[in-house]
Amino acid sequence: MRKETLRDVLEAQQLRRALVLITPLGGGDEQIVHEEALDKNHVHAAPIKECFRTGRSEIIETGEGEIFLQAFLPAPRVMIIGATHIGQVLVRLAREIEIEPIIVDPRTAFATEERFRDVDVIAEWPGDALKKIGLDRRCAVVCLAHVPDIDDEALGAALESDCFYIGALGSSRSHAKRLERLQEKGHAETGFGRIHGPVGLDIGSVSPAEIALSIIAEIVQDLRSVAAE
Amino acid sequence: MSTTLETASAWIDEGRNIALATVVETWGSAPVPVGGHLVIDGQGDFAGSVSGGCVEAEVIARAEDVISSGRPELLEFGVANETAWGVGLACGGRIRVFVERLG
Repeated sequence: MRKETLRDVLEAQQLRRALVLITPLGGGDEQIVHEEALDKNHVHAAPIKECFRTGRSEIIETGEGEIFLQAFLPAPRVMIIGATHIGQVLVRLAREIEIEPIIVDPRTAFATEERFRDVDVIAEWPGDALKKIGLDRRCAVVCLAHVPDIDDEALGAALESDCFYIGALGSSRSHAKRLERLQEKGHAETGFGRIHGPVGLDIGSVSPAEIALSIIAEIVQDLRSVAAE
Repeated sequence: MSTTLETASAWIDEGRNIALATVVETWGSAPVPVGGHLVIDGQGDFAGSVSGGCVEAEVIARAEDVISSGRPELLEFGVANETAWGVGLACGGRIRVFVERLG
Protein backbone atom coordinates (compact mmCIF):
# COMPACT_ATOMS: atom_id res chain seq x y z
CA MET A 1 0.00 0.00 0.00
CA ARG A 2 1.31 3.43 -0.89
CA LYS A 3 1.75 6.04 1.81
CA GLU A 4 -0.66 8.32 -0.08
CA THR A 5 -3.32 5.58 -0.12
CA LEU A 6 -3.05 5.11 3.63
CA ARG A 7 -3.36 8.86 4.11
CA ASP A 8 -6.48 8.99 1.91
CA VAL A 9 -8.08 6.08 3.79
CA LEU A 10 -7.46 7.70 7.17
CA GLU A 11 -8.69 11.07 5.93
CA ALA A 12 -11.90 9.53 4.57
CA GLN A 13 -12.52 7.83 7.91
CA GLN A 14 -12.08 11.16 9.64
CA LEU A 15 -14.59 12.80 7.28
CA ARG A 16 -17.01 9.84 7.55
CA ARG A 17 -16.75 9.10 3.82
CA ALA A 18 -17.13 5.46 2.77
CA LEU A 19 -14.59 4.00 0.38
CA VAL A 20 -13.50 0.68 -1.11
CA LEU A 21 -9.81 0.00 -1.61
CA ILE A 22 -9.08 -2.25 -4.58
CA THR A 23 -5.87 -4.28 -4.26
CA PRO A 24 -4.76 -6.75 -6.96
CA LEU A 25 -3.27 -9.63 -4.94
CA GLY A 26 -0.96 -10.66 -7.75
CA GLY A 27 0.64 -7.22 -7.75
CA GLY A 28 -0.35 -4.07 -9.59
CA ASP A 29 -1.76 -0.67 -8.78
CA GLU A 30 -4.23 -0.20 -5.97
CA GLN A 31 -7.23 2.07 -6.41
CA ILE A 32 -9.60 3.92 -4.09
CA VAL A 33 -13.30 4.23 -4.97
CA HIS A 34 -15.39 6.64 -2.90
CA GLU A 35 -19.03 5.69 -2.44
CA GLU A 36 -20.42 8.92 -3.85
CA ALA A 37 -18.10 8.69 -6.85
CA LEU A 38 -18.78 5.04 -7.78
CA ASP A 39 -19.11 4.87 -11.55
CA LYS A 40 -21.89 2.46 -12.67
CA ASN A 41 -19.61 1.49 -15.53
CA HIS A 42 -16.70 0.57 -13.27
CA VAL A 43 -15.56 -2.90 -14.26
CA HIS A 44 -16.28 -4.16 -10.70
CA ALA A 45 -19.24 -1.88 -9.94
CA ALA A 46 -21.58 -4.65 -8.70
CA PRO A 47 -19.30 -6.23 -6.06
CA ILE A 48 -18.08 -2.79 -4.96
CA LYS A 49 -21.66 -1.70 -4.40
CA GLU A 50 -22.21 -4.81 -2.31
CA CYS A 51 -19.14 -3.92 -0.19
CA PHE A 52 -20.65 -0.50 0.52
CA ARG A 53 -23.97 -2.08 1.45
CA THR A 54 -22.69 -4.75 3.82
CA GLY A 55 -19.40 -3.25 4.93
CA ARG A 56 -17.78 -6.60 4.23
CA SER A 57 -14.53 -6.97 2.35
CA GLU A 58 -13.98 -9.80 -0.11
CA ILE A 59 -11.82 -11.30 -2.83
CA ILE A 60 -13.20 -11.38 -6.35
CA GLU A 61 -11.87 -13.46 -9.22
CA THR A 62 -11.12 -11.57 -12.40
CA GLY A 63 -9.41 -12.19 -15.71
CA GLU A 64 -6.32 -10.53 -14.23
CA GLY A 65 -6.29 -12.70 -11.11
CA GLU A 66 -7.62 -12.20 -7.62
CA ILE A 67 -8.56 -8.73 -6.48
CA PHE A 68 -9.23 -7.79 -2.87
CA LEU A 69 -12.04 -5.31 -2.26
CA GLN A 70 -11.64 -3.79 1.17
CA ALA A 71 -14.56 -1.80 2.55
CA PHE A 72 -13.82 1.17 4.79
CA LEU A 73 -17.14 2.47 6.08
CA PRO A 74 -17.43 5.34 8.53
CA ALA A 75 -17.12 4.18 12.12
CA PRO A 76 -20.50 3.44 13.63
CA ARG A 77 -21.72 6.05 16.08
CA VAL A 78 -23.80 5.85 19.19
CA MET A 79 -25.80 8.88 20.27
CA ILE A 80 -26.18 8.62 24.01
CA ILE A 81 -29.14 10.69 25.15
CA GLY A 82 -28.67 11.38 28.84
CA ALA A 83 -25.32 12.25 30.41
CA THR A 84 -25.86 9.71 33.17
CA HIS A 85 -23.71 7.18 35.02
CA ILE A 86 -24.68 4.43 32.53
CA GLY A 87 -23.75 6.88 29.79
CA GLN A 88 -20.30 7.38 31.29
CA VAL A 89 -19.54 3.66 31.13
CA LEU A 90 -21.17 3.32 27.71
CA VAL A 91 -18.75 5.93 26.34
CA ARG A 92 -15.77 3.86 27.46
CA LEU A 93 -17.14 0.53 26.21
CA ALA A 94 -18.14 2.02 22.85
CA ARG A 95 -14.63 3.41 22.38
CA GLU A 96 -13.05 0.02 23.04
CA ILE A 97 -15.06 -1.57 20.26
CA GLU A 98 -14.50 1.34 17.89
CA ILE A 99 -17.98 2.82 18.02
CA GLU A 100 -17.82 6.59 18.31
CA PRO A 101 -19.87 7.93 21.24
CA ILE A 102 -21.61 11.32 21.33
CA ILE A 103 -23.39 12.54 24.47
CA VAL A 104 -26.54 14.64 24.18
CA ASP A 105 -28.25 16.12 27.25
CA PRO A 106 -29.86 19.54 27.61
CA ARG A 107 -29.30 19.43 31.39
CA THR A 108 -26.05 21.36 31.71
CA ALA A 109 -25.48 20.01 35.21
CA PHE A 110 -25.16 16.50 33.74
CA ALA A 111 -23.46 17.24 30.43
CA THR A 112 -20.24 18.63 31.86
CA GLU A 113 -16.70 18.27 30.63
CA GLU A 114 -15.71 17.09 34.09
CA ARG A 115 -18.03 14.08 33.80
CA PHE A 116 -17.23 13.35 30.16
CA ARG A 117 -13.63 13.91 29.20
CA ASP A 118 -12.44 13.57 25.58
CA VAL A 119 -15.89 12.93 24.16
CA ASP A 120 -18.24 15.17 22.21
CA VAL A 121 -20.85 16.47 24.62
CA ILE A 122 -23.76 18.43 23.19
CA ALA A 123 -25.72 20.23 25.91
CA GLU A 124 -28.83 20.76 23.80
CA TRP A 125 -32.26 19.25 23.32
CA PRO A 126 -31.98 16.03 21.29
CA GLY A 127 -34.30 17.22 18.51
CA ASP A 128 -31.93 20.02 17.55
CA ALA A 129 -28.75 18.12 18.36
CA LEU A 130 -29.60 15.03 16.32
CA LYS A 131 -30.73 17.13 13.38
CA LYS A 132 -27.41 18.96 13.47
CA ILE A 133 -25.32 15.77 13.66
CA GLY A 134 -27.48 13.89 11.15
CA LEU A 135 -28.61 10.33 11.83
CA ASP A 136 -27.65 7.78 9.19
CA ARG A 137 -27.71 3.99 8.93
CA ARG A 138 -24.36 3.78 10.77
CA CYS A 139 -25.89 5.40 13.88
CA ALA A 140 -27.38 3.97 17.06
CA VAL A 141 -29.55 6.05 19.40
CA VAL A 142 -29.78 5.13 23.08
CA CYS A 143 -32.09 7.04 25.40
CA LEU A 144 -30.91 6.98 29.00
CA ALA A 145 -32.08 10.31 30.39
CA HIS A 146 -35.11 8.67 31.97
CA VAL A 147 -36.89 12.01 31.57
CA PRO A 148 -39.83 11.58 29.17
CA ASP A 149 -39.47 15.01 27.56
CA ILE A 150 -35.84 14.38 26.67
CA ASP A 151 -36.05 10.71 25.71
CA ASP A 152 -39.26 11.05 23.69
CA GLU A 153 -37.82 13.84 21.59
CA ALA A 154 -34.78 11.71 20.73
CA LEU A 155 -36.95 8.68 19.98
CA GLY A 156 -39.05 10.77 17.62
CA ALA A 157 -35.94 11.82 15.69
CA ALA A 158 -34.58 8.25 15.68
CA LEU A 159 -37.85 6.80 14.37
CA GLU A 160 -37.79 9.24 11.48
CA SER A 161 -34.26 8.22 10.52
CA ASP A 162 -32.82 4.95 9.21
CA CYS A 163 -30.46 4.50 12.17
CA PHE A 164 -29.67 0.82 12.76
CA TYR A 165 -30.42 0.70 16.49
CA ILE A 166 -32.84 2.44 18.86
CA GLY A 167 -32.94 1.67 22.57
CA ALA A 168 -34.67 3.26 25.54
CA LEU A 169 -34.01 2.65 29.22
CA GLY A 170 -36.97 1.70 31.36
CA SER A 171 -39.16 -1.19 32.50
CA SER A 172 -41.73 -2.85 30.26
CA ARG A 173 -44.37 -0.79 32.00
CA SER A 174 -42.66 2.53 31.42
CA HIS A 175 -41.93 1.44 27.87
CA ALA A 176 -45.63 0.82 27.23
CA LYS A 177 -46.42 4.31 28.54
CA ARG A 178 -43.69 5.73 26.37
CA LEU A 179 -45.19 4.15 23.26
CA GLU A 180 -48.58 5.65 24.17
CA ARG A 181 -47.01 9.09 24.39
CA LEU A 182 -45.21 8.64 21.06
CA GLN A 183 -48.47 7.60 19.45
CA GLU A 184 -50.23 10.66 20.87
CA LYS A 185 -47.50 12.81 19.33
CA GLY A 186 -48.36 11.30 15.96
CA HIS A 187 -45.51 8.81 15.48
CA ALA A 188 -46.43 5.78 13.39
CA GLU A 189 -46.95 2.65 15.43
CA THR A 190 -45.34 0.60 12.69
CA GLY A 191 -41.91 1.87 13.76
CA PHE A 192 -42.31 1.06 17.45
CA GLY A 193 -40.92 -2.44 17.01
CA ARG A 194 -37.55 -0.86 16.19
CA ILE A 195 -37.21 0.41 19.75
CA HIS A 196 -35.44 -1.94 22.15
CA GLY A 197 -37.27 -1.48 25.43
CA PRO A 198 -36.32 -2.57 28.00
CA VAL A 199 -32.93 -1.74 26.57
CA GLY A 200 -29.99 -4.15 26.32
CA LEU A 201 -29.52 -7.91 26.09
CA ASP A 202 -31.05 -9.81 28.98
CA ILE A 203 -27.93 -10.82 30.92
CA GLY A 204 -29.35 -10.04 34.32
CA SER A 205 -27.57 -6.68 34.57
CA VAL A 206 -27.86 -4.88 37.89
CA SER A 207 -25.20 -2.16 38.13
CA PRO A 208 -24.92 0.81 35.74
CA ALA A 209 -21.77 -0.71 34.23
CA GLU A 210 -23.50 -4.03 33.63
CA ILE A 211 -26.45 -2.27 32.00
CA ALA A 212 -24.03 -0.37 29.77
CA LEU A 213 -22.44 -3.70 28.81
CA SER A 214 -25.81 -5.23 27.91
CA ILE A 215 -26.63 -2.18 25.77
CA ILE A 216 -23.36 -2.17 23.87
CA ALA A 217 -23.71 -5.93 23.27
CA GLU A 218 -27.17 -5.40 21.81
CA ILE A 219 -25.83 -2.63 19.57
CA VAL A 220 -23.09 -4.94 18.27
CA GLN A 221 -25.69 -7.64 17.64
CA ASP A 222 -27.80 -5.30 15.48
CA LEU A 223 -24.78 -3.81 13.75
CA ARG A 224 -23.49 -7.25 12.74
CA SER A 225 -26.85 -8.64 11.75
CA VAL A 226 -27.20 -5.85 9.17
CA ALA A 227 -23.85 -6.91 7.69
CA ALA A 228 -24.87 -10.59 7.71
CA GLU A 229 -28.15 -10.08 5.83
CA MET B 1 -11.25 4.38 13.82
CA SER B 2 -8.87 1.97 12.15
CA THR B 3 -6.51 2.02 15.09
CA THR B 4 -3.96 -0.28 13.48
CA LEU B 5 -3.81 1.87 10.35
CA GLU B 6 -3.38 4.98 12.51
CA THR B 7 -0.45 3.26 14.20
CA ALA B 8 0.94 2.44 10.75
CA SER B 9 0.67 6.07 9.75
CA ALA B 10 2.45 7.21 12.91
CA TRP B 11 5.27 4.70 12.30
CA ILE B 12 5.73 5.97 8.75
CA ASP B 13 5.99 9.52 10.09
CA GLU B 14 8.73 8.27 12.44
CA GLY B 15 10.61 7.03 9.39
CA ARG B 16 10.23 3.33 10.18
CA ASN B 17 10.16 0.74 7.39
CA ILE B 18 6.95 -1.16 7.74
CA ALA B 19 4.78 -3.87 6.25
CA LEU B 20 1.02 -4.28 6.42
CA ALA B 21 -0.60 -7.70 6.71
CA THR B 22 -4.31 -7.93 5.87
CA VAL B 23 -6.64 -10.89 6.34
CA VAL B 24 -8.12 -11.31 2.84
CA GLU B 25 -10.02 -14.57 3.21
CA THR B 26 -11.19 -16.88 6.00
CA TRP B 27 -12.83 -20.29 6.12
CA GLY B 28 -14.40 -21.87 9.16
CA SER B 29 -13.82 -20.33 12.52
CA ALA B 30 -11.35 -17.45 12.45
CA PRO B 31 -11.00 -14.96 15.28
CA VAL B 32 -10.05 -12.01 13.09
CA PRO B 33 -12.42 -11.16 10.24
CA VAL B 34 -11.52 -10.33 6.66
CA GLY B 35 -10.05 -6.85 6.62
CA GLY B 36 -8.18 -7.32 9.92
CA HIS B 37 -4.74 -5.68 9.96
CA LEU B 38 -1.36 -6.32 11.49
CA VAL B 39 1.38 -3.75 11.03
CA ILE B 40 5.02 -4.77 11.43
CA ASP B 41 8.23 -2.77 11.47
CA GLY B 42 11.69 -4.01 10.54
CA GLN B 43 12.68 -4.30 14.21
CA GLY B 44 10.00 -6.85 15.10
CA ASP B 45 7.56 -4.39 16.64
CA PHE B 46 3.95 -5.06 15.70
CA ALA B 47 0.41 -3.84 16.33
CA GLY B 48 -3.02 -5.27 15.53
CA SER B 49 -3.65 -8.92 14.65
CA VAL B 50 -4.53 -11.32 11.86
CA SER B 51 -5.44 -14.26 14.10
CA GLY B 52 -5.96 -15.10 17.73
CA GLY B 53 -2.18 -15.11 18.00
CA CYS B 54 -1.36 -18.43 16.36
CA VAL B 55 0.19 -17.21 13.11
CA GLU B 56 1.47 -13.77 14.05
CA ALA B 57 5.06 -14.93 14.58
CA GLU B 58 5.22 -16.43 11.08
CA VAL B 59 3.62 -13.36 9.48
CA ILE B 60 6.09 -11.10 11.28
CA ALA B 61 9.02 -13.20 10.08
CA ARG B 62 7.79 -13.12 6.48
CA ALA B 63 7.05 -9.40 6.73
CA GLU B 64 10.74 -8.74 7.23
CA ASP B 65 11.45 -10.25 3.79
CA VAL B 66 8.63 -8.20 2.28
CA ILE B 67 10.03 -5.01 3.80
CA SER B 68 13.46 -5.65 2.32
CA SER B 69 12.36 -6.96 -1.09
CA GLY B 70 9.27 -4.79 -1.59
CA ARG B 71 7.50 -7.80 -3.13
CA PRO B 72 4.09 -8.56 -1.63
CA GLU B 73 3.30 -12.09 -0.47
CA LEU B 74 0.06 -14.01 -0.09
CA LEU B 75 0.28 -16.44 2.84
CA GLU B 76 -2.11 -19.22 3.72
CA PHE B 77 -2.50 -20.84 7.12
CA GLY B 78 -4.65 -23.70 8.31
CA VAL B 79 -4.64 -26.92 10.25
CA ALA B 80 -3.56 -28.75 7.11
CA ASN B 81 -0.44 -26.62 6.96
CA GLU B 82 2.66 -28.80 7.24
CA THR B 83 3.94 -26.62 10.03
CA ALA B 84 0.62 -26.95 11.82
CA TRP B 85 2.23 -27.43 15.20
CA GLY B 86 4.34 -24.37 14.70
CA VAL B 87 1.95 -21.91 13.14
CA GLY B 88 -1.29 -23.77 12.49
CA LEU B 89 -4.62 -22.41 13.57
CA ALA B 90 -5.69 -24.22 16.70
CA CYS B 91 -9.29 -23.17 16.05
CA GLY B 92 -9.46 -25.34 12.94
CA GLY B 93 -10.03 -22.46 10.55
CA ARG B 94 -8.04 -21.39 7.52
CA ILE B 95 -6.98 -17.89 6.60
CA ARG B 96 -5.15 -16.11 3.82
CA VAL B 97 -3.04 -13.08 4.66
CA PHE B 98 -1.71 -10.52 2.19
CA VAL B 99 1.57 -8.96 3.27
CA GLU B 100 2.82 -5.83 1.51
CA ARG B 101 5.29 -3.05 2.10
CA LEU B 102 3.67 0.15 3.32
CA GLY B 103 5.05 3.51 2.27
